[in-house]
Amino acid sequence: MASKTVDGAREALAGVLFDGMTIMAGGFGLCGIPENLIAAIREAGTKDLTVISNNCGVDDFGLGVLLAGGQIRKMISSYVGENKLFAELYLSGKLELEFNPQGTLAERIRAGGAGIPAFFTKTGVGTLVAEGKEVREFDGELYVMERGLTADLAIVKAWKGDHAGNLAYRLTARNFNPMMATAGKVTLAEVETLVETGAMDKDNIHTPGIYVDRLFQGAHFEKRIEQLTTRPKEAV
Amino acid sequence: MAWTREQIAARAATELRDGFYVNLGIGIPTLVANYIPTGVEVTLQSENGMLGMGPFPYEGEADPDLINAGKQTIAELKSSSYFSSADSFAMIRGGHIDLSILGAMQVAENGDLANWMVPGKMVKGMGGAMDLVAGVKRVVVVMEHTEKSGAPKLVKACTLPLTGQGVVDVVITELGVFDVSRGKSPLTLIELAPDVTLDEVKAKTEAAFAVKV
Repeated sequence: MASKTVDGAREALAGVLFDGMTIMAGGFGLCGIPENLIAAIREAGTKDLTVISNNCGVDDFGLGVLLAGGQIRKMISSYVGENKLFAELYLSGKLELEFNPQGTLAERIRAGGAGIPAFFTKTGVGTLVAEGKEVREFDGELYVMERGLTADLAIVKAWKGDHAGNLAYRLTARNFNPMMATAGKVTLAEVETLVETGAMDKDNIHTPGIYVDRLFQGAHFEKRIEQLTTRPKEAV
Repeated sequence: MAWTREQIAARAATELRDGFYVNLGIGIPTLVANYIPTGVEVTLQSENGMLGMGPFPYEGEADPDLINAGKQTIAELKSSSYFSSADSFAMIRGGHIDLSILGAMQVAENGDLANWMVPGKMVKGMGGAMDLVAGVKRVVVVMEHTEKSGAPKLVKACTLPLTGQGVVDVVITELGVFDVSRGKSPLTLIELAPDVTLDEVKAKTEAAFAVKV
């Protein structure tokens, strides 16, 4: 089998981008975001994007740079509290926004990747989120129907990957990345460390290579911390 | 004397039971971790994909790959585990978490909760709050009794967009503790903070409530 590895973000995105496309981007806050691919999409200038991501970065990093570049038409997110530009664009009507409860968003993506067109959840019953959606009673409780979600492109970030496209994530940088990897018509992965095929612990591969079309070792990872909180070292 | 934020957190911590799996929201709820009673061991869940959340890391040991749902750097414990957001919310939605402590903008006497948006003004989003209140076995709200303007937050009916319908079990404010029981029984004041009078609580509360202090 040919290697799925390419040189970098630009090569990975070659022939993939088009105006008006839907992109899923992994990460929670700035943790586990595909920062090299985001920067390359910024550079490519692709417009009218619908972006599916839990958050939208901060003003000058992560998906925030695509907002600042006017490339995003619509966001599907659960929380955007950290991004001031986001609030401004939305309140002035320049950005469409679909809020999904975080767990519903995660499950919609999981379902989309697993070939499940819809599911029922208790989350959001009786709220704005359920408006216009089918509500059905099961065992005496009400559930709202949510649709599975897929995208033209999924961009994910992993800690380790091999040439077969197998991926492993690290700590809480896993978050939305594994589901998104399954739900893109095309899935691109950037990894911190690319290893020879066979060198990964096969029992601890979180995303099997079948889901990944192309991957590369990122040229640079800033891995910015949003809120650095520490405690002093106790005297020994 | 009305309770301070720390005292509200300490009171909320008495809702914890040994062996509980608990999710704490941002703000006063985060402080609850500092007041876990002696002899009670709980496991904290962080909805971005961690069970067994530890304290803040030592200076110089913060890891950008290890954060809590408030995006703060944290440390792990011996018992910690990591998982995806889908697994995390399966845990929450599936009823495996015992207790959730979170903040609120409004709570109604029928147990309705609003805490995610103010139309036209604030667009932060609900994050995991809607999933938590729908799936967690017991929901404790900690909040200031009134808005900064003095407007009551414990109301007859929520005017803000809801996070969940009939989901709140207990409300703890600086003035006292209310049993809400998800609206299944009448809203009841069950504790008063020291030196707070019933008249003060009544003056600052829009919802009708019974008194059993």
